Amino acid sequence: MAQMTMIQAITDAMRTELKNDENVLIFGEDVGQNGGVFRATEGLQDEYGEDRVFDTPLAESGIGGLSIGLALQGFRPVPEIQFIGFIYEAMDAVNGQMSRLRYRSGGTQQMPITIRTPFGGGVHTPELHADSLEGLMTAQPGIRVVIPSTPYDAKGLLIQSIRNNDPVLFMEHMKLYRSFKGEVPEEDYTVELDKADVKREGNDVTLIAYGAMVHSALKAAEELEENGISAEVIDLRTISPVDYDIIVESVKKTNRAVMIQEAQKVAGIASSVVAEIQEKAILHLEAPVLRVTAPDTVYPFSQAEEVWLPNHNDIVEKVNNVINF
Amino acid sequence: MKRTLEQIEEQFQTFQIMNEEGEIVNENAMPDLSDEDLKEIMRRMVYTRILDQRSIALNRQGRLGFYAPTAGQEASQLGSHYALAQEDFILPAYRDVPQLIWHGLPLYQAFLFSKGHYKGNQMPEGVNALSPQIIIGAQITQAAGVGLGLKKRGKEAIAITYTGDGGASQGDFYEGLNFAGAYAAQTVFVVQNNQFAISVPVDKQSAAETIAQKAVAAGIEGIQVDGMDVLAVYAATQEARNRAINGEGPTLIETMTYRYGPHTMAGDDPTRYRTDEMDDEWEKKDPIVRFRKYLENKDLWSEDEENEVVEKAKEEIKAAIKEADNTPKQKVTDLISIMHEELPSNLKEQMEEYEEKESK
Repeated sequence: MAQMTMIQAITDAMRTELKNDENVLIFGEDVGQNGGVFRATEGLQDEYGEDRVFDTPLAESGIGGLSIGLALQGFRPVPEIQFIGFIYEAMDAVNGQMSRLRYRSGGTQQMPITIRTPFGGGVHTPELHADSLEGLMTAQPGIRVVIPSTPYDAKGLLIQSIRNNDPVLFMEHMKLYRSFKGEVPEEDYTVELDKADVKREGNDVTLIAYGAMVHSALKAAEELEENGISAEVIDLRTISPVDYDIIVESVKKTNRAVMIQEAQKVAGIASSVVAEIQEKAILHLEAPVLRVTAPDTVYPFSQAEEVWLPNHNDIVEKVNNVINF
Repeated sequence: MKRTLEQIEEQFQTFQIMNEEGEIVNENAMPDLSDEDLKEIMRRMVYTRILDQRSIALNRQGRLGFYAPTAGQEASQLGSHYALAQEDFILPAYRDVPQLIWHGLPLYQAFLFSKGHYKGNQMPEGVNALSPQIIIGAQITQAAGVGLGLKKRGKEAIAITYTGDGGASQGDFYEGLNFAGAYAAQTVFVVQNNQFAISVPVDKQSAAETIAQKAVAAGIEGIQVDGMDVLAVYAATQEARNRAINGEGPTLIETMTYRYGPHTMAGDDPTRYRTDEMDDEWEKKDPIVRFRKYLENKDLWSEDEENEVVEKAKEEIKAAIKEADNTPKQKVTDLISIMHEELPSNLKEQMEEYEEKESK
């Protein structure tokens, strides 16, 4: 098995699907000869030609509309939106059009589109590059939102997203791109969508997270263990829809939960996860389910991001609150 | 700078083949249409005019829902459609139901679309089209994608999309034209300039003298056509289609037309923004009146033939509205079942909930 960074795993997934299915097309701003601003599509145009891997004019709504049109001709588009903040430009194409098209056509058309987009803070980008806009997209019926936290999951989830016949927003946390390597099989494999994963088992509290916050939760869990608190860490992986079965099962065991997200308190999915837990497992709870989130401001300019982003200390603090409730 | 603009605008003269009197004024541009083709175009225009009148009446009786009147725009809609082949893919705006019907959407389904039933949006097998777009301009970028897809597939077919003069103000309009141009996509863009975007006149939409000239910025061909002249619209569309298929790139066609009725049947009152004089002036250009004169001069059309079409239309409309009325109402469970290929977990739960509710 190879050791890969998440970005290498993502490239590998696209290479795998370009090879497996001639309908797969990869396009976006700078994805051609440049290989993408993060090098996610490095070498793919040379291997598969400009017909399959190509640059687009610089217009995100156009990229969204182009994807829809190509899907209507039976292609399996994998467009890149260069940074999550640019998706505002494509909101109608993605939310108003592609997510609704299966329904709008009375079930006669499908939109097997996987939009890849980097997101997340902590890498000192300019404004509107690092936001966590997943909550806007999980509020939209008809599109899945998938967020991997490890290179292994990234490859398997991306392959499965590309093969899925409905639209997927595949969000890649920038801080995870190159921060560590993990084992990734070189062959073709998939990771099931809509399924969460227990990244660490524990008995005293359930930590629910996705994206980079999975790693903060794991770090917090290690610290908590030193104080005799055993934390279970659930990585949601698909955040629309959320795998509530695995959460509820865990909460029934631990009787306590903390939901962690990098997004603001009003954004993301923390509020709906908390609501669902109390609907499904209130009699198993020994304490309120707390949330670790960023404050309800816009994402700050980069100098302030380290204080703005939630970290493992915030998680430890909230866990202590629910344990000592 | 002004000099350049003037030079460009001078080149966008309205293309016409047949004048208001039904006389051919541009013999060289006359398309190659058989007598039977000419008669068929007339039949379709007359039929569609009757369909419009009946749809307005049915809407007033509460038997139809959303409806955008079409009278006045028959030449733009059906002349351009007549130049298409069955393999061509239509991305219509909300007023472009007639093109869908002539492309193969059964009439009762067009009524179901109006009534807000999802079965009205199900194109039958072999009818290459989307249902009418509601968001102004969203279909234009999609048309660039369909046109690129057809090119990648090596198909001898085009994507054709329709919007109005208001649609030409949207960002998606420019993005769609620009993408299609950059990829030499097999796409034809039709702007039916009916002079008003609901109430806002075209001279308040843009400083540009014509909408057709906007093609220049995208590096594609553009042409302004007399949209009340069915022969000119047909000829321009046919040429644009040929160019697209031959790899010569997309074309923007602006058809100068007019909607006699309100924007939609949902309370728009055109007397607030149009004058009677303007209505009269445009009605003198009527596409059916002038084409009737042309055909009668060639001994190709008679009152009897026209009455036959009118009666046929009325009968078919009657049967279709009955069929639409008899279609079982849409359920929430129908809606849930066509949101995804496979139900995600949240919808599985909600499906059970609504199955129970709707079984009562």
